[in-house]
Amino acid sequence: MTTTPVPMGSSPAIGSTPALEMRGITKRYPGVVANDGIDLVVRPGEIHALLGENGAGKSTLMNILYGLARPDEGQILLDGKEVRITGPSDAIARGISMVHQHFMLVPVLTVAENILLGDETMANPIFLDRGEASRRIRELGTRFGFEMDPDARVSTLSVGWQQRVEILKALYRQARILVLDEPTAVLTPQETDEIFAVLKRLAAEGHSIIFISHKLYEVLEIADQITVIRRGKVVGTRTPAQTNEGDLAELMVGREVQLTIDRGVSHPGKPVLEVSSLSVADDRGSEVVRGIDLEVRAGEILGIAGVAGNGQDELVETLVGLRRPIAGRISLAGRDVTGQSPRDMNEAGVAYVPADRHRFGLVLPFSIADNVVLTSYYREPFTHGQIRDDKAIESAAEEAIAAYDIRTQSATARAGTLSGGNQQKVVVAREFSRELALLVLDQPTRGLDVGSIEFIHRQVLAKRDAGTAVLLVSAELDEILELSDRIAVMYRGQLVATVDGRTADKQEIGLLMATGGRERTAELAVAAAAKEPS
Amino acid sequence: MTAAVPAAAEDRASRTTLRRIWAAVGLPLVSIILALFVGAIVIIASELLVGKGGLDLGLPLNAYGALFQGAFGSTDALVQTAVSTAPLLLAALGVGFGFKSGLFNIGAQGQYLTGALGAVAMGVALAGAPAIAAVPLSVLAGMAAGAVWGFIPGFLKATRGAHEVVTTIMLNYVAISLLAALVAGPLNTPKSISPVTKDVGNASLPVLIGSNGHLGILIALLMVALVWFVLYRTTFGFEVRTVGANPDAARYAGMHPRLLTILTMTICGGLAGLAGAGDLLGVSHQMTSSFSTTVGFDSIAVALLGRSTPVGILFGAILFGAMRAGAPLMQIQAGIPAELIDVIQGTVLFFLVATPVIGRFRFLRGAHTGLDTTQITRSYGEASR
Repeated sequence: MTTTPVPMGSSPAIGSTPALEMRGITKRYPGVVANDGIDLVVRPGEIHALLGENGAGKSTLMNILYGLARPDEGQILLDGKEVRITGPSDAIARGISMVHQHFMLVPVLTVAENILLGDETMANPIFLDRGEASRRIRELGTRFGFEMDPDARVSTLSVGWQQRVEILKALYRQARILVLDEPTAVLTPQETDEIFAVLKRLAAEGHSIIFISHKLYEVLEIADQITVIRRGKVVGTRTPAQTNEGDLAELMVGREVQLTIDRGVSHPGKPVLEVSSLSVADDRGSEVVRGIDLEVRAGEILGIAGVAGNGQDELVETLVGLRRPIAGRISLAGRDVTGQSPRDMNEAGVAYVPADRHRFGLVLPFSIADNVVLTSYYREPFTHGQIRDDKAIESAAEEAIAAYDIRTQSATARAGTLSGGNQQKVVVAREFSRELALLVLDQPTRGLDVGSIEFIHRQVLAKRDAGTAVLLVSAELDEILELSDRIAVMYRGQLVATVDGRTADKQEIGLLMATGGRERTAELAVAAAAKEPS
Repeated sequence: MTAAVPAAAEDRASRTTLRRIWAAVGLPLVSIILALFVGAIVIIASELLVGKGGLDLGLPLNAYGALFQGAFGSTDALVQTAVSTAPLLLAALGVGFGFKSGLFNIGAQGQYLTGALGAVAMGVALAGAPAIAAVPLSVLAGMAAGAVWGFIPGFLKATRGAHEVVTTIMLNYVAISLLAALVAGPLNTPKSISPVTKDVGNASLPVLIGSNGHLGILIALLMVALVWFVLYRTTFGFEVRTVGANPDAARYAGMHPRLLTILTMTICGGLAGLAGAGDLLGVSHQMTSSFSTTVGFDSIAVALLGRSTPVGILFGAILFGAMRAGAPLMQIQAGIPAELIDVIQGTVLFFLVATPVIGRFRFLRGAHTGLDTTQITRSYGEASR
């Protein structure tokens, strides 16, 4: 009955019947109440931010809206009519679409093919109507302020454009309610501004947007309404005019949060990590780190800023021994460690918090205890000879759970059952709880809530003050600016600039991240112009 | 009121335990029941179409009754079940060990055959030697031969990135031909009509119970405990499981996935080789050029049924072993061809693998799937990195 979409051109009617109303949603899982009587009202043309720590129940609520989970209690109303959403296809048919944090796109297919996937526009029962699909995609793009080439391969698009493809995919299916799960987590500040412009136009056309984010200033910038969830309950609803970052953070975490940590004064000592003319190839063999020189001193944090995919992951993997360089030299406290194994590096006092905790950092089907000893399982006191000492392993895990405030029922719970923030705390607990020479952090707070971010940042600063050299890679410019003593910008495999962390300008670094520096851009333009006539 | 609280807590605890058990055994159990149901339909339909009895809805019950009788109905039947279970158990422990580290060892059959071949070669050579030396040496020879047959694909995967599914299938054929060549050639008994080796004599496994309940049964049971211990109580087992669950994290943790791949495949081969050695030294005592069973292939189904855990595999092997042991009586008493059990076994496997289909049953929600396909298929091409 509600499957008929609102005609695209109809004018928005803010203040009329809510487009979506969730009433008293309760969802219980064994041992936890994930949602406890949550009310959420989203009006047509409204950008509604959903704010909450990891594990607060945002995902559960959105899964219920998207038909992936059934509520134990409560009602869902679309345009004032109660509905039962039976699954994602039902949700899509009712005009609800989700843009996931990790894009669900097929890289080798074109934009049009990706958009058609699952909802094919057919010329006849056998063939796709590519012409019609392309026309509609162009038209939609133009309407919301960007030119999308339907025949471009998704793998050639930047992350920001891939996100637009996801949004187009939702619009193509005539979504009226769009759920965006941390849409800016992977974007540069400039890309974020562009996406916000798109979202504002969508809202102006009467679409309702549910915007999930941890970034308070973003929420304040874009949202019309903000609902804050804590431990499965709605703890407050605000408009941006009524609130500020401190107020929101306090609501979210349930206590006062220091949003910017006083990083204190650093006392850099001797160089710990010295890298000279390091070049590294990625899995496909193309050189993605091209002759990097860098130095990190004891008691100093070097931040490497850059848009994801500019060789940072490969650089970091090489530094910790997971990847062999094709050229260059790495030395640790004056000792050449080029090409050493991960275990050698680990034993030399190098700790590593990987960007992808699911890929490298954790074994999800294993217990928290097994994950806490993942890099030290073979040593005393966890192993005697070849025989594991489960008691020692469990007590180490219990210490870690207490020291790092990991929220879990027990040390034997599977790592996969923890929320993202708590999973990251397991990784941090493992890597931080020993004497370190060098700490390598790759996106240490990606996808985490403010409470967890504050916690992890404090731990990093404590390590720095204890004399550890820290290399911090992050696509999160705020994080870099907040922690780093020096900032290097990485662009296409090279460090294009190094600036002082205390005097750095956010816009300038953002521009360096996006272009690699004005001089360089000028060079490229000259080179391109030189090629032009031929 | 004060009494009600602990009672409720206890109730919740027991329900949690029940849920755990159901998660582990739900799917295999349902698969088995569905397979027996499909078997019943096959029995009724084949009797209706080609038999003389016409429509006989009671026939499946008679057949299954006889099958059960033949497997568990007497001491002899029980011994026979144990004898059929032992090789399945050993080979499936090997396959399951491979699954745990993300390796899909299709080569249990080849490893089983080379194991039997190694055992018969050593057994014939030591046929006249004292049993105290002949038996262990022949068993070890079989195990070593199987281990070599596991080492080869492991080595190829670790060094060249050759996928073990392909290489182990190929090595199955090589094993069949190698066996035929050796039995017809150097191991052949002079002046025999058709190729056959000599009897293994003193190298035969001692009979412990009934007419043919040989030592291999005990070895198989010991291996259940040993494999469990290695997997869950040793650092090596932890490394094996880590590589299986997340090879990237294993590298990150400083483990050596390539070395572990070689070791794991060698152990898989050794266990399957032990199965072959047990059958040869305990049951057939000599080898013809057509020496063959389906133990190696059935063991894959058993490992899946047992969800790769040693205890699960023990139950799976007993089920399949009992069907093998009971089939002759079913054929005699109910007139149902023994091959029906192949239908049932195949159907069990089908339902286990077709989890997305039967996983839709409401009551199976929360039950673990029988085959962790991601874990198995992810191993594709990993070694080349």
